[in-house]
Amino acid sequence: MAENSDPNAPWKTVSGIGTSAITALLFLFFLQYLPTIAAGDPVRWVVPWIPSLDIDLTFWIDGLSLMFALLITGIGAMVMLYAAKYLAGHPQYDRFAIYLFSFMLSMLGLVLADNLIALFVFWELTTFTSYLLIGFSHAEPKSRRNALQALLLTAAGGLALLAGFILIGVTQGTFEMSELNAAGSLVGKEFYTLILFLVLAGAFTKSAQVPFHFWLPNAMAAPTPVSAYLHSATMVKGGVYLLARMHPSLSGSDLWIWILSIFGAVTAVFASFMALRQTDLKQTLAYTTLMALGTLTMFLAGSTGYAITAAMTFLLVHSLYKAGLFLMIGVVDHSTGTRDADLLGGLRSAMPITAAAAALAGIAMAGIPPFLGFIAKEVAYAGALEMHLWLFIVPMALIAFALMFAVAAIVAYKPFYGPQGELPHEPHEGPWPMLLGPVTLGVLGLLFGLVPGIAAYYLIEPAVAAVMGASDEGGRVKLWAGFNLPLLLSLVTFGLGYLIYFKHQGLRERLARIEAKSPDLDASWDVFLDKFMGFTKLQTRLIQTGVLRQYMFATFAVFALTVFVTLMARDVGGLALGLGGLGFMEWGVALLIIAGIVLVVLTSSRIVALVGLGVVGIGVALIFIMYSAPDVAITQLLVELLVVVLLALAFLKMPNLDPTGEQKHSFPNAVLAVAVGTLTTVVVLLVVDQPFDRRLTDFFEAASWTEAFGRNIVNVILVDFRTLDTFGEIAVVAVAALGAFALLKGFARARNAKGGEK
Amino acid sequence: MNSIIFTAAARLLVALMFVFSLFMLLRGHHLPGGGFIGGLIGAVSFIVYSLACGPAEARKAIRISPEVIAMLGLGIALLAGMFAFFMGDPLFTGQWYWVGGDSYETSAFSLNTVLVFDIGVYLVVLGGILSLSYAFEEET
Repeated sequence: MAENSDPNAPWKTVSGIGTSAITALLFLFFLQYLPTIAAGDPVRWVVPWIPSLDIDLTFWIDGLSLMFALLITGIGAMVMLYAAKYLAGHPQYDRFAIYLFSFMLSMLGLVLADNLIALFVFWELTTFTSYLLIGFSHAEPKSRRNALQALLLTAAGGLALLAGFILIGVTQGTFEMSELNAAGSLVGKEFYTLILFLVLAGAFTKSAQVPFHFWLPNAMAAPTPVSAYLHSATMVKGGVYLLARMHPSLSGSDLWIWILSIFGAVTAVFASFMALRQTDLKQTLAYTTLMALGTLTMFLAGSTGYAITAAMTFLLVHSLYKAGLFLMIGVVDHSTGTRDADLLGGLRSAMPITAAAAALAGIAMAGIPPFLGFIAKEVAYAGALEMHLWLFIVPMALIAFALMFAVAAIVAYKPFYGPQGELPHEPHEGPWPMLLGPVTLGVLGLLFGLVPGIAAYYLIEPAVAAVMGASDEGGRVKLWAGFNLPLLLSLVTFGLGYLIYFKHQGLRERLARIEAKSPDLDASWDVFLDKFMGFTKLQTRLIQTGVLRQYMFATFAVFALTVFVTLMARDVGGLALGLGGLGFMEWGVALLIIAGIVLVVLTSSRIVALVGLGVVGIGVALIFIMYSAPDVAITQLLVELLVVVLLALAFLKMPNLDPTGEQKHSFPNAVLAVAVGTLTTVVVLLVVDQPFDRRLTDFFEAASWTEAFGRNIVNVILVDFRTLDTFGEIAVVAVAALGAFALLKGFARARNAKGGEK
Repeated sequence: MNSIIFTAAARLLVALMFVFSLFMLLRGHHLPGGGFIGGLIGAVSFIVYSLACGPAEARKAIRISPEVIAMLGLGIALLAGMFAFFMGDPLFTGQWYWVGGDSYETSAFSLNTVLVFDIGVYLVVLGGILSLSYAFEEET
């Protein structure tokens, strides 16, 4: 089941070792900020980005972003090393390494960005890179489908988020999160409700809250290292990060408390039941991740010290044990060829180190002392008891944690003890690059539990302070908090959890029956997508007729309509034609042009019409000559000439005009042509009526020689003053020529392929 | 088009028009002309040739394919603009070097990126239009 891995393939490749080494260096880089941040001094970097829109690339390191940055780089380095071995010999491993590394950088940008727009850009980058990672096994339709599902859902949430951010920026006058949070809560201010809904839409889709949860288990189509990284420690926590980051600005209202509590709690309990129902261990872990995301959301609903401390502690613990467990499942899968909970058993003797790592992570997950997981659970109960909706939150947390206890046993205990099942391969211990991650993470979970002061001082309390907006006394993270209600709840959890584990086979069958009867959101998603595609096809057929005449008619009609409406709305005064000053020459040219137009309208031959148009063009060129604009006149003449030649070449291949068909369209065409002509004339007259602004002309006349050493002002403007414009224009010329060339050549080739048929 | 008179005249005309197009390009900074006009005239000259002798013959005469000419032109124009950037000025600022003096009046002649940019424009227009018209003519 492991993806195309070859145990003998060389794994010390540049892309594998290089990316993981750079990530490890980044981890060390962020590590040096620990004392500064713990002392309460946030760090801010500013890089001007789009100064005209007041958007800077600002990075902000405080307790919250530092904890995330350390998790991202620390776990990232281990996962990259792991992936190098896990996917060794995979033909597209290099591509994978680049995807994973870009994902790591985008995630890092997301948690460090201070500017909301920058944060949004990184947010979307994580969406894109995770799309590539989930769809890495792109030969499988299921993989592609699940990747697209994740992309569409999270990107839709991302758009809502962007709208929310823009509303915040426009109403509050700043896009900098640090300034926003310092300025106080947005509760009760203009657009608060709308902003809250938009931001929550983004956060909930990203962090897979019910009912947007279904993409996350599907995203397990990705190789195991991706699941370990994206779907435990990083990407899905992006939404939680956002909720925590915006907590000072958005929290506190009834709306915030109710929405976050209910969505979080429902997600947590639903996901823990679903985790119990799965037999594929990777799916089990996917659902426990959902449970963790729900729990985190639920605690972020609160604003008390214990609630936030619970969220931050649980976040740290979960990242450590869940990444470890995912990596461990990968090792087991790699070694035995299966992830089925019913088959696996008794692997302890064959895989002692993996078993130990699994035990460390599993105990942390179950929340047994002296691991940090136990402390997280204690603080969580303390936080839950302080919440407004404690009557609802505490039982929900109890159910979720008890189920977690049982699932921890299924994932981390059952595969290694008891009788060994029928396995596709003879189990063997994993190689060291794949064991380093699970063991390190497991040991950290134990160390932080034994010496909670370190984790509390350097990681958890600064993060709590960042979420709460400074002023927090800390000191809540303790291994022994005395005999109190949380401890009692913990003991109840253990008992309940043990009971569930004991009965889990029966429960699983019952859950499967319930699941079969309940509505399937995943399947409805496909139905929705099919219906949507049908709709887009329908409207494309309506709008894109493929008839050039209709496109041109629509284009000119819209032009005429908009100009007409604008003129009416502006209520322009009378117009004077002022034909008095025209001499013999002007009248001559005008008559020439009119003669050309009459020819075009009356003829039934394309070539004659083309010549008539040429006459019109030459008349215009004559006007340029009369008003001494030789450059423009020469260009106009040459372009007219070329248009005639090119169109004549095109006409050679077109059928003759159909006189009866033409007559059918001639009336609406004539009306439209007269309308466009009249409106354009009116606009030109209005423009001429305005006093001529000579400022630019004067500048170019004066500066052309002194600054650009040229006497032909037109040319100097083209190649010196406005070079960037000219460059854009010639780029358009080149691209248009290439495009037309490709179309014509491709057309010819397609026809030749059909045997030269016309 | 199988007219001997046109074919014979075209051979002469093409050479004349092409030289004229270069003349228009070079004089453009002070007098009517420049890369755009020069490129158009150059394109017309080769279109005349292809009408007289056929597109295959015209392609042979121009040696380099028009698409390549257009892309080369775009590259030259970009490089001319980037030069200012490497000299520390904003992108596309004209750079002037006076040979044999220190200003326009005292120097014998000047080297500048403005003309290089104009040559790029010339090549893009020439190549772009030729690639279009040849594609039309060859598409049978």
